[in-house]
Amino acid sequence: MEKTMFDIIATPLFEGQDIRLGPMDHEKDPVVESKWTHDAHFMRMFELEPARPLSAAILKKQYEKLEKQVEEEKSLYPFTTRAREDDRLIGKALIQWIEWTNGNAFLRLGIGSGEDRRKGYGSQVLRLLLRFAFAELNLYRVTANVQEYNDGAIALLKKFGFVEEVRRRQGLERDGRRWDLLVFGLLNDEWRNQAQA
Amino acid sequence: MKDIYTGDLVRLAAVEPEEFGKVFTRWNQDSEFMRLLNGEAIRLNSVVANKKWIEKELEEQSPGLYPFSIRTLVTDQLIGDLILDVSSWNHREAFVGISISERENWGRGYGTDAMKMLLRYAFTEVNLRRVALAVFEYNPRAIRSYEKAGFRHEGRLRKFLNREGRRWDMLFMSVLREEWMEQNQECLH
Amino acid sequence: MRDLFRGDLVCLASEEPETSSKAEILWQPDSEFLRLSDNEAASILSEKKIREFFEKRAENGPKPGSYLFSIRTLKEGKPIGFLGLRVNLIHRDSLVGIGIGDRDFWGKGYSTDAMKLCLGYAFTELNLHRVSLGLHEYNPRALRSYEKAGFRLEGRTRKDLTREGTRFDSFWMGILREEWLQ
Repeated sequence: MEKTMFDIIATPLFEGQDIRLGPMDHEKDPVVESKWTHDAHFMRMFELEPARPLSAAILKKQYEKLEKQVEEEKSLYPFTTRAREDDRLIGKALIQWIEWTNGNAFLRLGIGSGEDRRKGYGSQVLRLLLRFAFAELNLYRVTANVQEYNDGAIALLKKFGFVEEVRRRQGLERDGRRWDLLVFGLLNDEWRNQAQA
Repeated sequence: MKDIYTGDLVRLAAVEPEEFGKVFTRWNQDSEFMRLLNGEAIRLNSVVANKKWIEKELEEQSPGLYPFSIRTLVTDQLIGDLILDVSSWNHREAFVGISISERENWGRGYGTDAMKMLLRYAFTEVNLRRVALAVFEYNPRAIRSYEKAGFRHEGRLRKFLNREGRRWDMLFMSVLREEWMEQNQECLH
Repeated sequence: MRDLFRGDLVCLASEEPETSSKAEILWQPDSEFLRLSDNEAASILSEKKIREFFEKRAENGPKPGSYLFSIRTLKEGKPIGFLGLRVNLIHRDSLVGIGIGDRDFWGKGYSTDAMKLCLGYAFTELNLHRVSLGLHEYNPRALRSYEKAGFRLEGRTRKDLTREGTRFDSFWMGILREEWLQ
């Protein structure tokens, strides 16, 4: 059955199968996120900057700064990823560095706790994020930076049709060796063709 | 040790906000110049606004920002600016941005000369491992200049820019420390 | 990749200001701890002042040249000390300060374990070339611990500290990336 335009508009932007995209909870989320920052593995996958554990107090301040930035710069859309079942914080997702006149932006996403990985949540988040970027922000293309050693992220991006466009040679140095930093891109019509397939 | 701020055609100098505000406002009105330099939609800013902007950049003193003005050796005229932005201290990489103003200054080797000095500074003073840059597909003069300075192509973000009703790629290029060391043995000591 | 924050006896963490304040207040009256860890004259600060210090730090947030950690026991997650790394971004050298405030954990390898984590972090996450530290002549336990962690004695500044009517030297130690990699 063909979806009418009304059906499409009505389809929720923020609801996935098991997860949903939500706002920051300044009281509860810093405590959960603080635990993730103590996990060097998560930090090395999610961050390019040096991994460092952060207290909930520090994170709370960062949330405040982030919301201020959202208001002032208007080039940033931060989300939390939450379990639909109990609203538990599962991860973070971000559309940032938006250039409106060029219609492009960068994406980031991460699942915080080891227990929540390998459950397909990443796919659900990326699906929602892409729809938001292309069908709500009307962007022309999205870009994602990913470390050469981050097999999970690379597989996820490829699954959604991202193309490896730039290889920043030896862009990273971690754990005593150098790694490339890969830059992947996806265009609006590439996404649209897939979404229909 | 060799003087790292003096090249064959130009020298690198400090950025004076007063002078910069005035001069940049003039360059700002050359839309071709701005489009080669910047991906964002061009704004025509006043002298006051441009001066404030550069002062803020200098003041911020964020430990990774190294701005320079480019001046000709012959007349000491301010003809452009150069900025080294350390994007990552732990990975030791910086991005570089350069602009040469006024058409009569283009294609005379000023940019390449300045870039050579910048690379020397980046690798032997700031001790970086990688210097990277992004350049627009419609700027072949700059691309050639960077290739001459030793930058290698790493790929392109497809259709990154939207200008004049068509899309343009943004190219990434970089130089690694080892590559630069090899090419510049005679430059050291 | 190596687990940056977990060792054999301790783990590195970031404490809530409340927790840091409480711990600091417990350790503060121990003047021997203060004298071993610091050159400043041992002093007693009010709880309010201590809390303000930690709250201010949380407010300012993490800085690119400074890495501060709390040292916790691996078993119970109890905060027993602190570790700080100050980095020279251009020359890739750093200065480390470490202190175990809880006496029960002196001389049992906790500090050495924390220092091991610190070096792993310095050389494989921050990608530094060397880590330096200073210690007092009257702290032989620390000297042994640092030697075990791989630091080498590089020099001494003579009689730069006065305590109990006696002048003491400060020792300076360092470890290079190449040495640590072996």
